[in-house]
Amino acid sequence: MTPPVRDVKLRMEHVGMVFERDGTSVSVLEDINLEVFDGEFICLVGPSGCGKSTLLNVMGGFLPPTTGSLTIDGALVHGPDPRRILVFQEHGVFPWLTVEGNIGFGLSKLAGAERDQRIAHYIQMVRLQGFEKTYPSDLSGGMKQRLQVARALAVNPDILYLDEPFGALDSITRLIMRGELLRIWQSERRTIIFVTHDVDEAVQLADRVVVLSSRPAKIQDVFTIDIPHPRNISSAQYLAHRDNLLKKIGLAYTA
Amino acid sequence: MSSLSTPGRWEKFFWPLLAAALLLALWHYSVLWTRTQIFPSPRSVEKGLAELLRNHVLWNDIRDSLRRVAIGFGTAAAIGIPLGLSLGWYPAANQVLNPVLQILRPISPIAWIPIAIVLFGIGDHAAIFLVFLGAFFPIVVACVGGVSNVPSIFRRAGRNFGLSPAQLLARVVFPAALPQILIGLRIALGIAWLVVVAAEMIAVDSGLGYLVIDSRNSGKRYDLVVAAMLLIGLIGLALDIGFRRLEKIRSVRWGFGHAS
Repeated sequence: MTPPVRDVKLRMEHVGMVFERDGTSVSVLEDINLEVFDGEFICLVGPSGCGKSTLLNVMGGFLPPTTGSLTIDGALVHGPDPRRILVFQEHGVFPWLTVEGNIGFGLSKLAGAERDQRIAHYIQMVRLQGFEKTYPSDLSGGMKQRLQVARALAVNPDILYLDEPFGALDSITRLIMRGELLRIWQSERRTIIFVTHDVDEAVQLADRVVVLSSRPAKIQDVFTIDIPHPRNISSAQYLAHRDNLLKKIGLAYTA
Repeated sequence: MSSLSTPGRWEKFFWPLLAAALLLALWHYSVLWTRTQIFPSPRSVEKGLAELLRNHVLWNDIRDSLRRVAIGFGTAAAIGIPLGLSLGWYPAANQVLNPVLQILRPISPIAWIPIAIVLFGIGDHAAIFLVFLGAFFPIVVACVGGVSNVPSIFRRAGRNFGLSPAQLLARVVFPAALPQILIGLRIALGIAWLVVVAAEMIAVDSGLGYLVIDSRNSGKRYDLVVAAMLLIGLIGLALDIGFRRLEKIRSVRWGFGHAS
């Protein structure tokens, strides 16, 4: 599946995060070391409240790590950047803008025609044709998440961070959205870092699954899922990976 | 009429009209039974209203009142919105100014009348100043609240797309706060209409407030007093209905829970 020589896109070395709350310090992340390769699909799983979202916010440049370093393409990360977009679980789209307005939000530097073309392309990609002038309040939860992904992709980012993007959706919509995301990932080849607490989601989507321990989060394990896409979710190979992962997470929960 | 069943079309008008008719009847018979010589009956108020409408002065009074509200409220919005947005945007500045605002805010604009007259003399400017004071504080408070209630997720998304602080304010924070700002403006407009009437009773000699006090002073014409009061109520209602139409604009409707 993956080419033999791979470029490191994102590298974390000894990343730690300590929050000060009411005079006491809470350690959320501890000694995180991870290399993410260009074009790779990574899933971060771990018990809820373990610091998965914090880790994603650190990678996105929203939170500076207390210790350690984070580099992307070899350069230290100093803050959020349109080259890497964070997609939130829900309520991330701007309710005062239409579908078109949301997708075009990050494109104000482009000339009119190119901008319109880019918007049309991504409306097509997330299958929201016919909803160009619709406001988010008239969209379903799944459509809003597709819109958020389209808004992110429209600015041509290298990395997409997704923070439990399908967590608030019903299970059927969720299944469909996974398929859509894989389709988009395969056609656009961005690096994707995807936070979830759903083991099935991780085994279905990821090249590698990173298992975090409970707080303070450390990297407990890293699994390579070498099943080609589309993955047959009832194959013996798939089930073996899933059981293996569940076993590790079970350990993570009690550790 | 159960609260669950949707009322019929006729019911939407029938019950409110019945309530109004009953209130009119109560008023009418109260005047008859108490044999009051001072308080006017609905019938004489109606005659008074017709008399006012025939009189050109009424239209001048309405125009003067509306003009004072427009200028006072408009100035309050023009100063209050940028000030409120900045205070919401810079919490440090808000901490410095908030105590002063909180002390000035509960002072009724009516209490400012003597000062307004000292500053501006009897006339238009004093009344406009009082309207401004009444509208200014609710607008500032709504803007500060609107900005600080913008979900952090919107700010983060805006920063992620590379917006400068000024762009973030214009393209994310302001539109996100706009529904709450509109609510503040609507409250301020209601207060402005209350204040202009009070101001005109003392600080100036035209407008609907002046009409009320003048009708009493020149010949105890209580029919005209009550007629003017009714007009004040109707115009206030019309202003509010007019303003509420703004809530239906598509880019703010999400903030008002209108079923779309």
